[in-house]
Amino acid sequence: MESDMNPATQEAFNQGSLRANAAYQSARRNVTINPITRLEGHGKIDIFLDDKGDVERAYLQVPELRGFEVFCLGRPAEDLPQITSRICGVCPTAHHMASTKALDDLYKVEPTPAGRRIRELVYNTFMLEDHALHVFVLGGPDFIVGPEAPPAQRNIVGVIQKVGLEAGKKVISSRRRLRELIAYFGGKVVHPVLGLPGGVSKALKPEDLPKFKQLAQDGLEFALWTLEVFKKIVLANPDYVKLITSDAYTHKTCYMGMVDDQNKVNFYDGKLRVVDCAGKEIYKFGPQQYLDYVAEHTEPWSYMKFTFLKPRGWNGFVEGPDTSIYSVAPLARLNVSDGMATPKAQAAYDEFYKTLGAKPVHHTLANHWARVVEMVYAAERMVQLIDDPEITSPEVRRVPTHVPKVGIGIVEAPRGTLFHHYETDERGLITMANLVVATANNAARIAMSVEKAAKGLIKGGKVTEGLLNKVEMAFRAYDPCLGCATHSLPGHLPLRVNIYDRRRNLVRQLVQE
Amino acid sequence: MPKPKVAFYWCASCGGCEETVVDLAEDILGVVEKVDIVLWPVAMDFKYKDLEAMADKSITATLLNGAIRSTEQEEMARLLRRKSQFLIAYGSCAVSGGIPSLANQFPREQILKFNYEDAPTLGSGGPKTRPQLKFAEAGREVSLPDLYNVVRSLDQVVDVDYYVPGCPPTPNITKTAITALLEGKLPPKGSVLAPDIALCDECPRKKSKPTNVSFTEFKRPHQLLANPELCFLAQGVVCLGPATRSGCGSQCATGNMPCTGCFGPTSRVRDQGLKIMSSVCANVAPKEEGDINKVLAGIPDPVGTFYRYGLAKSLLRRKVNLPANGK
Repeated sequence: MESDMNPATQEAFNQGSLRANAAYQSARRNVTINPITRLEGHGKIDIFLDDKGDVERAYLQVPELRGFEVFCLGRPAEDLPQITSRICGVCPTAHHMASTKALDDLYKVEPTPAGRRIRELVYNTFMLEDHALHVFVLGGPDFIVGPEAPPAQRNIVGVIQKVGLEAGKKVISSRRRLRELIAYFGGKVVHPVLGLPGGVSKALKPEDLPKFKQLAQDGLEFALWTLEVFKKIVLANPDYVKLITSDAYTHKTCYMGMVDDQNKVNFYDGKLRVVDCAGKEIYKFGPQQYLDYVAEHTEPWSYMKFTFLKPRGWNGFVEGPDTSIYSVAPLARLNVSDGMATPKAQAAYDEFYKTLGAKPVHHTLANHWARVVEMVYAAERMVQLIDDPEITSPEVRRVPTHVPKVGIGIVEAPRGTLFHHYETDERGLITMANLVVATANNAARIAMSVEKAAKGLIKGGKVTEGLLNKVEMAFRAYDPCLGCATHSLPGHLPLRVNIYDRRRNLVRQLVQE
Repeated sequence: MPKPKVAFYWCASCGGCEETVVDLAEDILGVVEKVDIVLWPVAMDFKYKDLEAMADKSITATLLNGAIRSTEQEEMARLLRRKSQFLIAYGSCAVSGGIPSLANQFPREQILKFNYEDAPTLGSGGPKTRPQLKFAEAGREVSLPDLYNVVRSLDQVVDVDYYVPGCPPTPNITKTAITALLEGKLPPKGSVLAPDIALCDECPRKKSKPTNVSFTEFKRPHQLLANPELCFLAQGVVCLGPATRSGCGSQCATGNMPCTGCFGPTSRVRDQGLKIMSSVCANVAPKEEGDINKVLAGIPDPVGTFYRYGLAKSLLRRKVNLPANGK
């Protein structure tokens, strides 16, 4: 519509309304913490409120993508264990091992007994030190120092203050020594090089055996000590137990994890077992069948893809009996299994379910405890493997002869099931690579956790002070690795939360680097 | 005297460089005592505007890891350049693009198409949707950053004072670099803070390195059981040791695998890939084209083999039809 005001009046009117709008905006935004900064490489949550000021919708966005699947095209398959480990420098060993197992399958070659044992030894050592990193440095401080403690204390320094300097040194030196074992076989600890089809590149020299025997024993002692610390600080505190079992951190989804032929937890090899939210086994499949069971859903608002159970179809971000969403990682692995393959871990497993109730346990925060149970298993398995006479055999690899075509390798990464799927030409050059990573398997449940936490904590437009920490706690329990999830970012979780009112004005922004 | 201020920052990287800093383990306490860490997003809270408010050049040294692939990373690189006396490219990705810059061989369209339309796990989740830069439903609008075509090294974006190489650098050379910074014992600007000799010089297999090598075939690493004592070149396996800077402690050779070149070239070499290619090709035994091709079939991916960590910084840099800065 044409204005009938003269231009000068129109201009004055426009200026006036601009000032009025600016004044209104600044009044509306007086609780904004920061101006919008462009921190693209970060996890981002946008929360939208309705007329009543309650949460209408929350979006968890992952804003980057590196495209490993595409830039692996044309490369020799045997280079992929080293190239794909660069997806994540925190869990390079998981990608390296899944990729190496995909090469076994590609060339149809079984690793030699020693080759297999060395891989499994390196892998369990990695699981132990990586879980320890999470328990003491990344996620555990929430519990060890306390969920109500100021953020400045919820870190490794706070942990050391709580458990004592000697104990803190024990954590640092245990991780260093465990990582030395990985470097012995892998050359490097970050981005190891041991994996080849049919085995590993390097044997264990008999003269080096005693020091690793000692390390395995010390590793077991360290894991059991961690379990005691966890029990003493977390489980002895009824408030913590109440928090773990609270509704805000509970989701009834399906679970997926790898089990051995006795249905016991295994990180390195086995079949994938899926249970529904009542704990009943609904699927069990080997690597070759993964495309029949695992599918990815896309959303226009995130670079991250969301996996779901293909036979059930995508039913949306819902929980309950009909959900096609499943969860992975420590809690999921315990939920899908009939127990642990080693005695001390089995005892810890029994105590876990005795305390938290029947399987499956749906409490996200129980992941922390499940992680410690897994540390005990990883350490006990290290002892078994290092005591196996086969471990020092020089026969660590078979040279493949089969013409390559398709290879699929699966391991349980610390953060859950990890799939590497390659297709090649007859020279073993990659023609297709598909990677489904641990955090993608948890992405849908994580998105639900974020929305649930937001809905529970924001009422009537009132944003609770502890929101960010509570949301973060829901996150950190999964130990999510958005680097893996988009094959882009490092393995930790910077986070930005934007809150919009019903007029879609940004009313608040919270940033956690 | 106030302690020197040090900052760590990460761009497009995997987190392995950060792990290396953590792997200083007990040694990190010694470093922490001597400096004031003003920025370390992995471990400490920080606000962009606090950094912006600091006086220019008030940070003694910034160690930046990761390649540059987005506007936000470019902005942070510029800001940290302004605030720092010394800007150090830390790790292969910042030094020369790293493994992510292998993507410079492919257009962004291909990456998006595979991830959101062609991947075999897609297809039964309803309509296939690509992420949208602006997405709105019921009046709610959310946005995503765009992806760039080309990955760049740090010095293709801002002026860099020193380089610490490696994928990742080792705790040892990290400690040496930080010590040199703190003591002001620095080589000329632009230097790489690692020994300026080829890896072969420190390799435990050096004695068996052939002086007059002649390749009748190349073996790929999975095609033989490598002798753990013998020079890889003597076994017909491509090893980038002769064209790669030393300082890593021959880690891969110690793991019985050949060097893939992550420490980059010495100061006398402009292009690491060309250097090793010319040296390898000059020593191919056959002289007829057909026979030469047969030998070279053992190196089926020359770009990934010779430029694995440095495509962005190499003379090749990117696929010819990709604009350097374009979206």
